[in-house]
Amino acid sequence: MGEVIVITSGKGGVGKTTTTANIGAALALAGKKVVLVDADIGLRNLDVVMGLENRIVYDLVDVVEKVCRLKQALIKDKRFEGLYLLPAAQTKDKTAVSPQQMQELCQQLKEEFDYVLIDCPAGIEQGFKNAIAGADSAIVVTVPEVSAVRDADRIIGLLAANELMDPKLIINRIRIDMVKRGDMMNIDDTIDILGIDLLGVVPDDEKVVISTNKGEPAVLDEGSLAGQAYRNIARRLMGENVPIMDLEMDEGFLAKLKRWFSMSKKRSY
Amino acid sequence: MIDLFKFFGKGESKSKDIAKERLKLVLIHDRANISPKFLDMIKDDIIKVISNYMEIDEAGLDIRLSRIPQEDDTYSTALLANIPIRRVKNMGPNRG
Repeated sequence: MGEVIVITSGKGGVGKTTTTANIGAALALAGKKVVLVDADIGLRNLDVVMGLENRIVYDLVDVVEKVCRLKQALIKDKRFEGLYLLPAAQTKDKTAVSPQQMQELCQQLKEEFDYVLIDCPAGIEQGFKNAIAGADSAIVVTVPEVSAVRDADRIIGLLAANELMDPKLIINRIRIDMVKRGDMMNIDDTIDILGIDLLGVVPDDEKVVISTNKGEPAVLDEGSLAGQAYRNIARRLMGENVPIMDLEMDEGFLAKLKRWFSMSKKRSY
Repeated sequence: MIDLFKFFGKGESKSKDIAKERLKLVLIHDRANISPKFLDMIKDDIIKVISNYMEIDEAGLDIRLSRIPQEDDTYSTALLANIPIRRVKNMGPNRG
C-alpha cells in the first residue's frame, strides 16, 4: 500500500507544480512507482511542466465520472520507468469532483503505486478541500517572502483542522546572495515562524526555468542545484537521512569582510 | 563611512528582520482569528468601563496583541493595553 502526499501552499506561484513534478521524477529515478495527480481542475499545468501535454486523452474528471477506466487516463512518462500522470480536466471547474470521490480515487491509486503525489490548487476553497481529502500526509511549499509564509501558516492550520498533522516544509527559491545580505529570511527564520519540520530547501535556480521551458524535470539536469535539492528531498521521503545541502548560508566574518571589500571596489568605478 | 557602520551592524536593521517581526505579529492575529475590528470592539468596551472611574486619554489608548517571551524560550500571546490616565475621579472617601 502506497502513500498519498498532497503538495500545497495556499499562495499561488510558489512552485507547487514544479515541486510535484520534480519530486515525482526523482522518486521514479530511485526506482519507485509514482503517480502524479493534477488536482487543479480548470487550470491544469502539471502536464505542460512535465512535457506530457500532447498525450492527454482522458482526465481526472473522466475517471471520476466513469467515462473511462482509471488505467486509460494514466499517462506513462517514457523517460522515467514507473512514473505516471493523471491530468486535471481543463474545461470543467472544481465542483466537478467531490472530496468523497477524491478519497476513493486516492484509495484506488495507492493500491497500485508506492507514491501518489497530489498537486493542490492555490487557495483554500473547494479545490484545496478536494486535493487534501484522500491524503495521508502533506508537504507545504513556501518561498521566503512575507505573503507566502503567511499563507503557508494558514494552510498548516487548515491541514491540522483536517487531521493532516505534521506537514513537512519545503522552502523554495531561496536566494543565497540575498540571505547573506540579510535581505531574505533564511532557513532558520522560516522554520522558526512556521514551526514545522523541514523537508528540504531548493535554491533559486534559473535552470529550473530552462528545464520547464523544455518540459523536462530539473532532476534530470545533473548540474542543476535545484535538481540536486529535489533528489535529496525524494531520498528523505524514502526515509534516508540526507543533510540539508550546504548553501553557505552562514555569514562568517571572512565572508563579510570579503563582501565589504568587493563593495568598496564596485563603488570606485 | 556609511559602509563601516553597516559592517559593524550599526546601520539600519536588515530587511529580513523587519519581515520576520511583521510576520510574527500578523500571524498572532491570523492564528487567534482576531481582526482589527474585533480589537476595536474590545477597546470601546474598555473605554466605557474605565471611564466610570477615571478620565482617560482616548486618543492615546493603545490596545494590541503581543508576544511575551517566557523563561523556557517560547512565547505566549498577551493582550496589552496602554491607557494614559488624565485624572482619577473623586469617588468619595473609601468606598471599599
